[in-house]
This record gives sequence, C-alpha cells and structure tokens, in this order.
Amino acid sequence: MTKKILVLLFILIPINSNALIEVDITRGNLNPLPLAVSPLSIDEESRKGFEKILKKENIGSEISNIVENNLRTSGLFNPLDKKAFLQAPDIANLKPRFEDWNLIKAQALITGKVNYVDDKLRVEFRLWDVLAAKEMMALAFTTVPNNWRRVGHIISDKVYERLTGEKGYFDTRIIYVSEEGPKTQRVKKLAIMDQDGANNKFLTLGNELVLTPRFNPASQMVTYLSYFKNMPRVYLLDIETGTQEVVGDFPGMTFAPRFSPDGKKIIMSFAKDGKSDIYTMDLENRIVEKITNHPSIDTSPSYSPDGKYITFNSDRSGYQQIYVMKNDGSDVKRISFGNGLYGTPVWSPRGDLIAFTKLHKGKFYIGVMRTDGSGERLLTENYYQEAPSWSPNGRVLIFYRETKTNSKGEGFSAKLWSIDLTGYNERLIKTPTDASDPSWSSLLSN
Amino acid sequence: MRLNKIFKNTLLVLAACLVLSACATKKEVATDIQGQMQGDVYTGTDTVEYLADGVPDRVFFATNESILTTASRETLRAQAAWLRKNPNINVVLEGHADERGTREYNLALGERRANAAKDYLMTYGISSDRITVLSYGKERPVDSGSNPLAWSKNRRSVTVKAN
Repeated sequence: MTKKILVLLFILIPINSNALIEVDITRGNLNPLPLAVSPLSIDEESRKGFEKILKKENIGSEISNIVENNLRTSGLFNPLDKKAFLQAPDIANLKPRFEDWNLIKAQALITGKVNYVDDKLRVEFRLWDVLAAKEMMALAFTTVPNNWRRVGHIISDKVYERLTGEKGYFDTRIIYVSEEGPKTQRVKKLAIMDQDGANNKFLTLGNELVLTPRFNPASQMVTYLSYFKNMPRVYLLDIETGTQEVVGDFPGMTFAPRFSPDGKKIIMSFAKDGKSDIYTMDLENRIVEKITNHPSIDTSPSYSPDGKYITFNSDRSGYQQIYVMKNDGSDVKRISFGNGLYGTPVWSPRGDLIAFTKLHKGKFYIGVMRTDGSGERLLTENYYQEAPSWSPNGRVLIFYRETKTNSKGEGFSAKLWSIDLTGYNERLIKTPTDASDPSWSSLLSN
Repeated sequence: MRLNKIFKNTLLVLAACLVLSACATKKEVATDIQGQMQGDVYTGTDTVEYLADGVPDRVFFATNESILTTASRETLRAQAAWLRKNPNINVVLEGHADERGTREYNLALGERRANAAKDYLMTYGISSDRITVLSYGKERPVDSGSNPLAWSKNRRSVTVKAN
C-alpha cells in the first residue's frame, strides 16, 4: 500500500550538470558539507488547506525540517542556521541569489514549493550548487497529504544520492523489540518506526516474549522468534495484514531467523539435544533443508546479497567464531582469527563487508571485516552491545546497547544506536520505551 | 612534597582498609564472593529453591560451558530419585545464560545446558517423555547485577514441575 502512493513521482527538469561539489562518503563527519535547507515555500491557501487536514501550521517548514534532520544525522552534511538566510524561500526557489548563499558559506542549497492541488500534496524541490551557480536537480511529487513525512525522506534520499553518488537510506523503517519492566522479567513487544523515530507503532501486545525481528528485503514481511505457548519458534508476520504463522514444523526451538536476499527463504537455527544447526525453509513450497551438520552451536546465519554464500557463527573451534560457507553448506571456512569471541555476522547489502559483534577482555565491540576475514575494523567499544543491522546502502549500522547495573542491580537500560562505517558518527536513536534487536528495512521507494 | 604525597596515599589506603574490614565484619556472608563461587561456577544457595526436602531445583555452569560439576551431578541424582518416587510428575528443564554473550548464541547455550541436565537425568532412569527442554538464553536472569557473582547465578538449568 505504501509503495503505490508514490507512483506519481516524475522528474521536472532532469539536469545532470557536472557538479563541482561532491561529498566523500568514506571520510565521515570530519568535514561535513555546509548546506542550506530553505523552508519549502507555500501559498496562504495551500497552507490553510494542509493545516486543516494535517494539523500542522506550515507543512512546508515541517517537510524541510525532516530533510534538514536527516542530512544532519548522516554526519556528511552541516545544515546551516535558517536565521542567517538572506533570501525569502519563494524567491530563492525561482532563482537563488548565489552571492547571498555564498556569503553564509553554503555550498549547496535546497529550495522548494508545496501546493494543495485536488486534495493532494504536491511538492517540488531543487538542489543548487552554490559555488558553480547551477541547478543540480529538480523533482516534483504528488501524493496523499498524510504521506508528508515520506516526501521529506524521499527528498533527503535524492539529495544524498546526488551529492554522494550512493543511494540514501532515509525512506526506510526500523523494526525492533520494545522493552519494559525489571531486568529479571522484561516485557517485550515488536515495534516498528520510521528510520528517524517517527510513527512508532507496537505490533504485539507483550503477552509472550518476542525476539530478533528481521525484515524481508523484498516485501513488508517480518520474521521473528516468539515464545507463544512457551514454545520458542520462528514466526512470519505480515505487517500490512497482521497475520502470523509459525515457520516449519520442528520438534524443538527454532531461532535466529533471517530472510534470503530475494525474500523467498528463511534461514534459521534449530536446536536439538544440545546441538544447534542451520536450516532453510522455502516459503513457497515449504521444503526444509538442513545446511550445517555439526555437534557444535551453529547460529546467526546471514546470506550474501547474491544469495550464494552464508556467514554464521559457530563454536566448533571451541569458542564462538565467524564462518563463511556456500549456500548448500559446503566449503565451510573460518574467517575470524583475532583475539576474543566473534558473533552475529551480517553480510553488507553491498557485499563487500561483514559486520559483527566481538567480545574481548570484557568489552563488546561492533566491527566490520572483509568477507575473507581480512581488514578487521572495530567501530565502537562498550560494556554491552551487539546485533548490528545494515542500512540498505551499506553505510550505517544500527545495533543495541545495554547498560551496566550498579551494585544493587539498578540502572539497567537498553537503547538503539547507529554508527556509520567511518566510526565517527555515533548516534542514539530515540524510542518511546527501551529497545533492542533493531532491523533496518530496504528503501520503501526507489 | 613527595613524602607528603606518599603519606597521604598511605592514609587513604588505611582508611580504605578500615571501611572494608568494617563491611566484612558486618555482613560477612553477603559480601563474601569467594565463598559463593568455585572457579566461576556458583556454589551458593541464595537463589536455589527446592522441589522437595533435600532436592535443589537448579544446577550452575561455568562461562560458555555446559559441563556438569560434581555438585551439579549430585543435585541431579537427587532430582532423579525424587522423579522416580513421583512417576506422575513431569518437568521442564529451563536453560539460561548470563548477559555477557550475544542473544542468539545464548539461546543455543541455554538449550545445551538444559540438555546436559536432561541427559544426566536420563542416565538415572528418567524417561525423556517426562522431560521438556526450554531455553531462555539471557532473557530471564535471576540476579540483575552486572558482576561475576550475578552472572554465575544466572548461568543455570532449573528443573520446574510441569504438572
């Protein structure tokens, strides 16, 4: 449903000028690009129209605030203070006075206009290269007014893509586990929200323990672990319809589920007699295949984006380490050889890296390594953190962190955090309750 | 100047010793971590409940391990004897891990620990039909502390009456 609404997207004036400004994505926030997000201009009639439906005084400003916030949190851009802007939004959108924007050191400028047309929200925006005094991009969207936040995210994605040369990750959602109550008796619910924390919704009531939800990269399906009737099993949930079903018919605990990149299979662990092996189930024909067969614990499987390989963690060497194998279970190779324990490997959507959790000398790290295990880089260290999930463009990781309690066992909390591949841009993701086990969706629109 | 500093440090150390010894004498048992652990396996009785007189309900494990200690085997033999005497009782073995591991691995580890207990009960004549294994991983700690003693209490397999 969400996808259909934005089919009216079309390009106003496609200009692919040779841009002078370019953002180096690998350098992080050491030198974020100064840019100006001029509020989207709006005529009085449209303003009143939207105020009535959306209860927002100025929807133009609201949308540009979303854009500004997204670009700031990426760590790659430094949106300038609006108070310093010299040119009015409506005039800037027609033709910016580049000297004015240059004066406040803006290197790029975003302008735009919002209209209320036939009960629809029509938004156009332009991206300008201030130094070259040129338009870089112009787009217009028409959608239902309720979709205004997504318009802000899509504009952010377009700007990000134009300036970095890589796809954005703003028009996305996060599914996670909401946590409440004492540490010894946590109540956990599935919850979903926009990437920026807006539109938070709970998907289960908290009657049974739920863990590790993961998005299907190809649809609005989620797979997760539920303790329904005290039988921990992998379930499938359709977010649109709310229907749930148990995955497969296993005589014991199934856990650690993830989708294959095409969304057609679920890969997971099945524990029996003290051994955990990796299985797949085809969602169309329900055929179950056993992928690993070893007396050790094999779990946390994740496919490579082409579906040809699987990374997982196993304690077959004596301790938890990361392995890679072919998708039929052959050719198993250990890839982690550093000091400490390694778990929760997740293959980057770009295919080049595997993110992981590492435990060494009482500290937990989130890190990345190449798929052959070389080039290990630790991005962040903490008392407890684990379970990274990639942004769809493979540039940012979201994970959860738990705090150490005091001598009385008080002060426990669990929160979502994100960090980009540079390791500099670390951010707390605000959630209404404590939170864990985040999973990042694919881009909702392309 | 330097002497002064050393003197000060000595005083601080002395003060610390006084505070520590005061604590130690006040609540000897509660703060005596050494007496409650052997290696890093919990040997205390704080959290232990009883299925019947002389039949403790749980066994404890070392970090990342599922090997039964001598004390654990003794506990499980008592449980097996009790189960033989009460043939109508079925049990759930709930396996747990401490918080110092990844969630998914801990689920598997809890299952492995509960199975170690199950295997031992079976060698003492208890049918597998009477035993269900349920792993909670790190989801249900008994002690919410973030210290080695708390973690040792949480690495456990608990035998719970199912009916």
